[in-house]
Amino acid sequence: MPVIDIRDLRFAWDDGPALLDIAEYSVLPGERVFLRGPSGSGKSTLLGLIAGVLEPQAGKVEVLGHDMTQLSGPKRDALRADRLGVIFQMFNLVPYLSLVQNVTLPCRFSSARRKAAGGGDGMTREAERLLSRLGLSDPKMLERPVTELSVGQQQRVAVARALIGGPDIVIADEPTSALDAEARDRFIELLNEEAARSGSALLFVSHDGSLAGHFDRSVDLKEINRAKGGV
Amino acid sequence: MGLSILGLAWRSLMNRRGSALLTILAVALSVSLFLGVDKVRNGARAGFENTISGTDLIVGAPTGQINLLLYSVFRLGSATAEISWDTYQSIADRDDVAWTVPISLGDSHRGFRVVGTNDSYFEHYRHGDGTKLRLAEGKLFTDIYEAVLGADVARELGYEVGSEVVLTHGLGAGGLTDHENRPFVVSGILAPTGTPVDRSIHVSLEGITAIHVGWESGTRSPFADTISEEMIRGFDLTPKSVTAVFVGLERRGTLLRTQRALNTQSGEPLLAIIPGMALGELWQVTGIVERALIAVSVFVIAVGLVSVLTSILTSLNERRREMAILRATGARPGHIFFLMVAEAALLGLLGAVAGVLLVQIGLLVAGPLLSSAYGIGIGGLGLSAIDGWTVLAVFAAATLIGTIPAVMALRRSLADGLTVKL
Repeated sequence: MPVIDIRDLRFAWDDGPALLDIAEYSVLPGERVFLRGPSGSGKSTLLGLIAGVLEPQAGKVEVLGHDMTQLSGPKRDALRADRLGVIFQMFNLVPYLSLVQNVTLPCRFSSARRKAAGGGDGMTREAERLLSRLGLSDPKMLERPVTELSVGQQQRVAVARALIGGPDIVIADEPTSALDAEARDRFIELLNEEAARSGSALLFVSHDGSLAGHFDRSVDLKEINRAKGGV
Repeated sequence: MGLSILGLAWRSLMNRRGSALLTILAVALSVSLFLGVDKVRNGARAGFENTISGTDLIVGAPTGQINLLLYSVFRLGSATAEISWDTYQSIADRDDVAWTVPISLGDSHRGFRVVGTNDSYFEHYRHGDGTKLRLAEGKLFTDIYEAVLGADVARELGYEVGSEVVLTHGLGAGGLTDHENRPFVVSGILAPTGTPVDRSIHVSLEGITAIHVGWESGTRSPFADTISEEMIRGFDLTPKSVTAVFVGLERRGTLLRTQRALNTQSGEPLLAIIPGMALGELWQVTGIVERALIAVSVFVIAVGLVSVLTSILTSLNERRREMAILRATGARPGHIFFLMVAEAALLGLLGAVAGVLLVQIGLLVAGPLLSSAYGIGIGGLGLSAIDGWTVLAVFAAATLIGTIPAVMALRRSLADGLTVKL
């Protein structure tokens, strides 16, 4: 059974033209999928729909067997908190939290994630383990304010946060667009490795088609989206 | 979970500690103004109410009852008329009257009021919970040219038992109207009472009469200096009039009847007042000003709370990204709402507590000054229920106000979804 299953989805902002019109799109468990689309094509909106923070006008978005269009707001929030990890393009971190606190942030909102990460002290150790896997093990660095980290380091902290407590799905929205070529490739390798290690499916979205080679499967949003509302 | 959101709110405030501290300061100052006004008001009331106790009636020439109370007990303002000695005698002789204290006012010494009276003053005048006056040193006056000083008079003017005091006619600074040919000798000094007694100079009624020999017209007659002390001692120094009389009754049950009898008796018109009731009327008058002050300080608190609102609202824009991150990592709308409300509530609570502390520190520093300069007792100024209620009210109001940015943040984060274009 796919972890993400989209059927006859239609979405428009307010009364505007349809931005997304997707007949069918799915991601299988543990699969690492690349979704290509230029900026403004609606890919971030699609991720919002999958994460359950946006609601479509029509169609079905099934995540981990739950139809997001049928779930209540709080249930969608709970599902996201418990089983989804999200990585943004940049500014992923909460400025007033430490590195480790940023990584354990999902455990504040989800007791399931908290338990899966080992709870209490175990949670902190798990965060440190993930950070060290991602090359952030220097104790001095762990104590620095997150705003002083380089963009590449911040993105790696975001990966650790998305992966803590082993979510079923990790969604990454252009996480490499602020990185240089070398850092980008290393970042994608790390992300792939860690997602595989925790058994999470990875949905990686970018405008840069050259990244497609890193993934099991690649889809162009243009091919599945029938709407002309996008730029 | 609530606790961990509270932790987020706290860290978020600490991250903006500069503006958070300013906001807390604004709330603290507004709260301290409110509490300060309230405490000084209560202190002043308590000070007034502690000044006289045990006296059932005060009798004087007809005037307003507040005026009579102010000049007879608080040495504020001055009498416009007196009552004759015969009338005083008739009051003292009444069957329902247990004791009387006649006082004669109108002279001063370097700004301190002179009270002409007799031994009954030291016997019957009570303050606070019924405390009698007590001599700190020396003895009561026995001679017409002896004086008993209040504690402040002795301390501020550096007088001791045996010092000479030249009284001044009227309440001016002295000079042409001095009674310098009739100096008084300090016979005793009273222990501090925290009442206007501390700022009074007490002499015998005969002493008052004696220094006014030759002053019958109100100014010094050319003959005044020609009259020797021996001649004066030969005169009948029974006063012709007194300014006011403190009256104690045999039975308190006759209070209203005696008051009415004195107010309506034939012969010299009199005004008899019950000190507590006159004070009540005084509070009615001052109450208008007090309420205005309280209203102003409540508005100032409102301004302080608006600064809480402003500080959070201005932070909202730069925090849209933060809200999106929190949402993406699983925060429910309720979490976002609670986070914003918690920040406002924390600012309000810290501000209010800081305001209470500010007032307490201020009273510690300025309390003794208030007490000595204005007779406002510090006793009633400590922590009291009103401090707790104020903290609670400000906390509640800040929490309520916090719902405004909370709703805004909520709406925005719902509309933004996971992406914020900055």
